[in-house]
Amino acid sequence: MNIYIEALIAFHIILGAFFIFVGSFGMIKLPELMSRLHGPSKATTLGVGGFLVGSMIHFGATEGRISIQEILITFFLFITAPVTAHFIAKAYMHAELKPEKLPKPDGRYGWNTYTSVEDVKLAARDQATGSDLQG
Amino acid sequence: MINYALALGFIAVSLALLMNLWRLATGPTVMDRVLAVDTMVINTIALIILYGIRESTAVYFESALLMAMFGFISTVAYCRFVLRGDVIE
Repeated sequence: MNIYIEALIAFHIILGAFFIFVGSFGMIKLPELMSRLHGPSKATTLGVGGFLVGSMIHFGATEGRISIQEILITFFLFITAPVTAHFIAKAYMHAELKPEKLPKPDGRYGWNTYTSVEDVKLAARDQATGSDLQG
Repeated sequence: MINYALALGFIAVSLALLMNLWRLATGPTVMDRVLAVDTMVINTIALIILYGIRESTAVYFESALLMAMFGFISTVAYCRFVLRGDVIE
């Protein structure tokens, strides 16, 4: 194998190893879950992406074909990581945090995830009739 | 050159898995443990990919794809269970 291709594969593997280590270290080091989410959802996904690019170059150089599995794994991981992070943050907000202790967002209404469908309907009715109960 | 990089990758991913295990054992809340399990699945996928590069065979990538799918589904199921008290309503 060409020495430059080999160096490129080794570079991508080392990059992926660094990012995976940093992601898991952030998960152990940071103080609470909302900041801990950043490590796995960004750095670890990027690390696996680095491994997959290295693997793609490796199989392209040794066997002369682009294998479809790596592309599938990359797409799947990069699509599902934000969904997973969003679900974990939402479940954590409902299980542990109270809406009174959170910083109040700008605008008329509070945090959307604590709002039920009935609240939204009531707010829409208030807006239609002109009364301003939200203050 | 690739062999040294692969050894470094195996060491880094193994240390990352140990740190995830620490978070899984000592996590203060339930969602910390769910996050630790989700990260462990992603790190296991990375380990499988490294092993596939080392053995120079593409057989293991199907199992990595399956682990990615089932890890995502299990994390979403855990989160829905914590959110709603039920997985499928």
